[in-house]
This record gives sequence, C-alpha cells and structure tokens, in this order.
Amino acid sequence: MSHYLTTIGLEIHLRLLTKTKAFCGCSNCFGGEPNTFVCPVCLGFPGSLPVLNSQYLRYAIKVALALSSNVSGMMKFDRKNYFYPDLPKNYQISQYDMPLSLGGYVDIISDNKPKRIAITRVHMEEDAGKLVHNKRALSSYVDFNRTGTPLLEIVSEPDISSPEEAYRYLIAIKSIIEYLDVSDCNMEEGSLRCDANISIRPKSQKELGVKVELKNMNSFKGVRDALIYEEKRQAKALSADEPIAQQTRLWNEEKQVSEPMRTKEEAHDYRYFPDPDLPTVSIDATLIEEISSELPEMPEQKKERFIRDCGLSKYDASVLVSDKVMACFFECCIKLYPKPKMIVNWLTGDILKYLNANNIEFNSVKTTPQRLISMFELMDNKTISGKMAKEVLHEMLATGDSADDIVKKKGLLQISDKSVIEKLADDIINENPKVADDYLSGKTNALGFLVGQLMKKSKGRADPQLANSAIKKGLGKKRP
Amino acid sequence: MTIKKDAIRYAAGLARISLTRQEEELFAEQLNHILAYMEQLNKLDTENIEPMSRAGSTGNILREDMVKSPLSNDDALKNAPEKEEGFFRVPKIIE
Ligand SMILES: [Zn+2]
Repeated sequence: MSHYLTTIGLEIHLRLLTKTKAFCGCSNCFGGEPNTFVCPVCLGFPGSLPVLNSQYLRYAIKVALALSSNVSGMMKFDRKNYFYPDLPKNYQISQYDMPLSLGGYVDIISDNKPKRIAITRVHMEEDAGKLVHNKRALSSYVDFNRTGTPLLEIVSEPDISSPEEAYRYLIAIKSIIEYLDVSDCNMEEGSLRCDANISIRPKSQKELGVKVELKNMNSFKGVRDALIYEEKRQAKALSADEPIAQQTRLWNEEKQVSEPMRTKEEAHDYRYFPDPDLPTVSIDATLIEEISSELPEMPEQKKERFIRDCGLSKYDASVLVSDKVMACFFECCIKLYPKPKMIVNWLTGDILKYLNANNIEFNSVKTTPQRLISMFELMDNKTISGKMAKEVLHEMLATGDSADDIVKKKGLLQISDKSVIEKLADDIINENPKVADDYLSGKTNALGFLVGQLMKKSKGRADPQLANSAIKKGLGKKRP
Repeated sequence: MTIKKDAIRYAAGLARISLTRQEEELFAEQLNHILAYMEQLNKLDTENIEPMSRAGSTGNILREDMVKSPLSNDDALKNAPEKEEGFFRVPKIIE
C-alpha cells in the first residue's frame, strides 16, 4: 500500500433502545411474530399521523452531545422518497438540510499516536421493515415490525486513512454509546450497522480517487476485513492501469471478498422535501443543559481518572475503558483489592485472551470481581502458585466455579511442605548426575534446569521458591 | 420555467406510473399552467423574510414513550392483496 493513500468515510446506523417506535406507540422490540408490532402509522395507512417520541429526541441529543456535535436549535424531518417493499409509505422519514446536529469528533489511537476523526453530522431517521426471502418460493415476505423504529445516522468525514483506523473509530463510537445506555451496539444483531466508502489514490495525486461503497458487513471485524480486501483490490487495479468503477459492493463474509451489487445501479433521486406531517422541533438551551447534566462519565474521562488515580499506563487504561462492562468489573475489583496494576494485568492479559480466543463478549464473562479477588488471595497465602493460578482462572472462566472449588476438585494445592520438596529435589539430582556435575563445576545455569524438572515432576504444584532452595541444598550435599 | 415531455417521463418513472403519449402532453401542459401560477410568487419582495419550512408555528409536538396496543396481525393484513403466515407477500425481490 506504500504507493497509495487511502481515504475512508463511515456511515453508522444506530438503533436506539426506546420503549416505542420513533413516531408511533408500537413496541420497539426485536423479533416477535411477524407484523404484530404494527399500527396504522408505521404501516403508512392513509389518514394516520406520526408524532415524535420525546425519549427518541432525548436519546438522540445525548448521543450528539457525547460526540461533541453541535445540536441545532431547530431541526426538521424530511421525506426521502423511494420504492421498496420494506418501506410501506414509499418514503422514509429522515432529515436532510436541518439535521439534529452538525460537526463533532471521536479520538482514536492510530500507530500509537492520538488522532481525531471528525464527524460531519448526526441525524434521526426511521428504520425500514424486513424482507424474508425463501430460495424456492416465487415471492418475498415482508415483516413490518422493525418499520418506524428509531435510528441515528452518524456520518464521519473522510478522515480515516486505514482499515485499522476505521476499526478503531467504530470501537470508539461503540464504547461511547455503550456508556450512554441508549443502544446495545450489536453489529451481529443489527442494532449497529455500518456502511463504508473507500477510495485510494497515488501519493502524488491531489484529488481523491474513485469512491466505492461497501455494504453488508455484519461485524466490526467484517468492516476491517472488507476494507483491507477493497484497499488491496483497488491498489492492484491501479497498478495495472485498470479503471476503478464507481459502484456499491457487498461484502461476502463466507468467501471474504467484495462483490459488485447485482441490482442495476440507477442514479437515486430521493426528492427530499419537508414532511408536512411533522412540525419542526426546537431544541432550546435548557433542554440541552438538562441532558448534558445527565451524561455519565465518558470513556475518555474514565481513562484519565484510571491513569491519574490508579497509576495505570495509558495503554492499559484505554483497553479497560474500551468496554464499559470491563471498566466496571475493574472498578469493583479495586474496591475489594487495592492492587490496580495486578488486576489490570490479569484482566487485559489472561482474561481477555481467554475471551477473545473463545469469542466471548466481556458482558458474558462467567466469573465475578469477588471470585477473581478470592483467587488472588489464594496466591497471596501461597495456596497456589502464579502458574497454577493461570490454570485455575482458565477453569473459572470456563465453568464459573470459584477458585476454591477448582483447587479442591483438581487437587491443585501448592506443595509447601519442605520435606516433600527436598525429597523431590534429591530424586531429581540423582536422576540427572551430569547436570549436577555441571553445576558443581561452575555452570550455574544448570540450576534452572533442575528446578524446572522439579516443578514438572510436581505438576507445577511445588512452591517455586522452596523448590529453588531445595535443589541448592541437595546439590550442596554432593559437593566433595 | 417550462416542463418538457422528458421531464414528465422522468417524473412518471420515479412514481412508477406509465403514461400514454397523450397523457404526457396533457400533463406537461397542465403542470406548466400550475408553475406559471406559482411564478407569481417570484414577484414578491422576500428580501428580509426568513425562510420558513412550514406554515404556522405549533411549538414542539411530542409524545411520551409509552407502548400502545398494536393492530392484531389479522387487522394489519386485512387490506393486503396477498399474505401468507402473518407476512405480507410481495413479488420476489432479488438482492
Ligand atoms: Zn406503529
């Protein structure tokens, strides 16, 4: 990629967790039997009138404020006109020239340096329904339960210059929104959706390259993979002097390729115009102040506090706050056990490694702060060694059992009986006469080998310090 | 400003309706009449007038976030030309 510059912009659609839909009193629920959360308003029956949900407005303002976006004093809703079977009114209520808010930014870390990604705007719009396809059937089936549910669209400036940055930006947005408790941000379940546009150009070229739109990514990783693929595909085309078509491509997760959309690419003409059913909404300073005072501590602030009050490194603090549940877990732990550095090492080390390897979100972790601390205490009182603790933790995360139970069940108690360990040490020395001689003739690193053998023989259960001194003592006896 | 027949065809295409040649001519003429009538507004001096997106000011009209009982599935599908197992049925959409 070294010859080319990459330019990426992201459009995020966020589903907000209000009780009811954006403009009617139907329940804003996932799933349910088809067409059971519908009413004349969201089905677009003639004569029905949409009325804005006040909680939707508050949540939307909350998100805009958290992204440092300037909330407009006056906003309006417009109709975006197009035909599609999942859109019963033949228009989507959206916002065009007077959106909820303009500007804003999110800070990320890119190549170990802070970078600010600017946000163009945040606007409110309703979601469409769901089409169900059945390969054999000659028809498609429409479920309007999702129709009219409240979305926010967050549009970034084309400030993102690599797939990794795009990924970081998404994670940053997700962690901010999670702190606000207004959306569950789950890409797999569709409560956060992301479309990307990407262009590349030779380093010497000023004007941007041809823009390709990418859709159909359904995980954060999928967005990064799709962008990496597309970056390579475009670079290859440019190097071969082939033109890049301006088009929409769909990410094929299974094949890990992007493919041009099969449907005919017609120029869209949405003919936006103000929705006459919905009056303009004025948002006064009092409302904005009220909502800002309700904002919780945001990840950036929490990070600063962890660095300042707990002495964490910048890196550790940002890993912790990237997941609200993990940050909360950490805060519970430090109340019980005042060694933040040790807690963070286990959290961001063995625990995260286990969760990532098994594809588990932190909010489904099977252990609790109390249980983790009990395990630390077993280490402190030498019941288990640090090495055994790793094994115990693994079992805790897999089963949810307490460290105590696991230690008993697996017979993992540390051997701290001096005479037992000294007996083991003598055996090891007798089994390895050559190594013992090496040590006695001055090769001190032979000691480590013998201690290692002892630990192995005790299945890791011997107290390492006692093992060390027992071997030394045993070797001392051999000295002529 | 006058509307030509190709503009009529474009608008008809967007609205998914098909027009006969005669209709295209008829509607072009009618729309031009309407536009000419609206053109009169351009004679007004609007120099110092704020643009306005709707007539009258209503103040904010909002509702509480409270669930209301929805239509039954039967009622929701009552007017649907085609339905199956609780769904609206439409011609196959290929994605
Ligand atoms: Zn409804």
